[in-house]
Amino acid sequence: MTLAEKILARASGRASVSPDEIVVANIDVAMSHENADLVRKSFKEIGVKRVWDPGRIVIILDHRVPAESEKTAATHKAIREFVAEQGIRNFYDVGRGGICHQVLAERGHVGPGMVVVGTDSHTTTHGAFGAFAAGIGATEMAGVWTEGRLWFKVPSTIRIEVAGEFAPFVSAKDLILYIIGKLGADGADYRAVEFDGPAVREMSVASRMVIANLSMEMGAKVAFLPVDEKLAAWLRDAGRDITPGPDYEPDPDAKYERVLHIDLAKDVPEPQIACPHAVDNVHPVSEVAGTPVNQAVLGSCTNGRLEDLEAAARIIAGRTVHPRTRLIVIPASQRIYLEAIRLGYLRTLVEAGAIVNAPGCGPCVGVHQGIIAAGEACISSTNRNFIGRMGSKDSTVYLGSPAVVAASAVAGEIVHPAAIAGRVEEAEA
Amino acid sequence: MSDPTMRLRGRVAAKLGDNIDTDIIYPGRYLNITDREKTPEHLFELAYPELRSQIHPGDIILAGKNFGCGSSREQATAAIKYAGVGAVIAFSFARIFFRNSINLGLPVLVSDAPRRLQPGDDLLIDLTAGTILDLATDRTYTCAPLDAKAAELLAAGGLVPYLKKRYASV
Repeated sequence: MTLAEKILARASGRASVSPDEIVVANIDVAMSHENADLVRKSFKEIGVKRVWDPGRIVIILDHRVPAESEKTAATHKAIREFVAEQGIRNFYDVGRGGICHQVLAERGHVGPGMVVVGTDSHTTTHGAFGAFAAGIGATEMAGVWTEGRLWFKVPSTIRIEVAGEFAPFVSAKDLILYIIGKLGADGADYRAVEFDGPAVREMSVASRMVIANLSMEMGAKVAFLPVDEKLAAWLRDAGRDITPGPDYEPDPDAKYERVLHIDLAKDVPEPQIACPHAVDNVHPVSEVAGTPVNQAVLGSCTNGRLEDLEAAARIIAGRTVHPRTRLIVIPASQRIYLEAIRLGYLRTLVEAGAIVNAPGCGPCVGVHQGIIAAGEACISSTNRNFIGRMGSKDSTVYLGSPAVVAASAVAGEIVHPAAIAGRVEEAEA
Repeated sequence: MSDPTMRLRGRVAAKLGDNIDTDIIYPGRYLNITDREKTPEHLFELAYPELRSQIHPGDIILAGKNFGCGSSREQATAAIKYAGVGAVIAFSFARIFFRNSINLGLPVLVSDAPRRLQPGDDLLIDLTAGTILDLATDRTYTCAPLDAKAAELLAAGGLVPYLKKRYASV
């Protein structure tokens, strides 16, 4: 069996399952953010008094923090009252957590083999921890809060094996954008995607989270990255002990819908940019270099982690943000925020002219803290560039890696980071 | 015999392309609206502002592949459903949007029919049989059958009425 089949078989109490079968799986973790208010309303409509297991529900406020309007303040308040009423202990209020996917992981709520659902499409992120993790809607979550289980169609699996080494200034973000561009926005619709290969095993856990997170943008139901000693060490820091082993690996005779092989040196030789207005509209940076940008955003559940802030700080150190460009930096969580302060990354970025937002989603979802005007262009390390995503319907969003965002902020236009950071050899030294 | 409650008739109000994303359907800035009845005010607001006034109760929307890709926001489904749309017919749907639609009781049909159909066409849809009849030409199109579980939920009018019935005594 593939990993998706293995986990669904266990969670539904079967010896084995095959693609297209319908199974009812027990849910290990059920996460929501502000839309917990919408879930709460559907839950009240169902009419059950108590949630199935308050210990398995996690609620993390992140989309509009701190509250940007009276309406949001009322939503936050209603959620606080609900978690108190239901005894939901895993509640991360404003200032206590950060972006839901980062917090869920770093606080040890997720581990390999689990079935995780979240009322956020980027719940696929938790495939980086070997979990079967899928996004669902609010009413569906109300059903999970009621019953603790959910029906799934067993997905077929695409396997992607990655070999080779990243060129300087090329990262996991560029790899997954390349894959999305190749497979298309629906290239993995309803499918599971297993990523493996020496280059994937070489990646940090933070980078693996980027891959799992953005798999959503090719429609993936779930994504999986290897469960190895590197992940085990990461999870130990998060307070969860696991032992890598066959339970968390696909069987050698697992059947795949297709298998793709990627060679980093050949296929992803330079940074990749998703151009307006689709995430699968991907071009090498050399094809869009020179596009002026009014705003640069570094953050989100995709790329707001410590290694992302570090990559940006290294490029920006001693330089200043271009006069026509605003640089907005958003650490993905309170913990990352603190670490980035301790390590001096934020000082470097602020000295260069960046503004630092509170950990949260903010401009990525176009609600506050960095909305763009008609005619403006934004280079962003976030995950979507749909029409009007970050502001005016007449604005444009280009998606790229943290290194590209930082370098473009300095240049005032989209550039290859090497153009700012000097010769490639220097950067490697 | 088909269940009469699983049949609907409507006029095609719009024919959209591929990859109509959830930000096109319902912009992220309005996600703090949690009253489903209020969501249709912002349906297609940014990308197709002229479309909202052309959609009337009972109408049908046609689309290409991957309709509803992007966010898990249930408001995207709610805005279509509460605008009174009777059904969406597309080559394919993004999975979270598809499930949201079933859960809110919005019929979503996977079919190649949008290739041939046009705005203004008068259609009779039989959800149980999985057929779309173009009343003007008498031509019948087929839909991919719904999974048993999805069909059960849709027949109940969505997940809330389905669970309400099951847990009525709890």
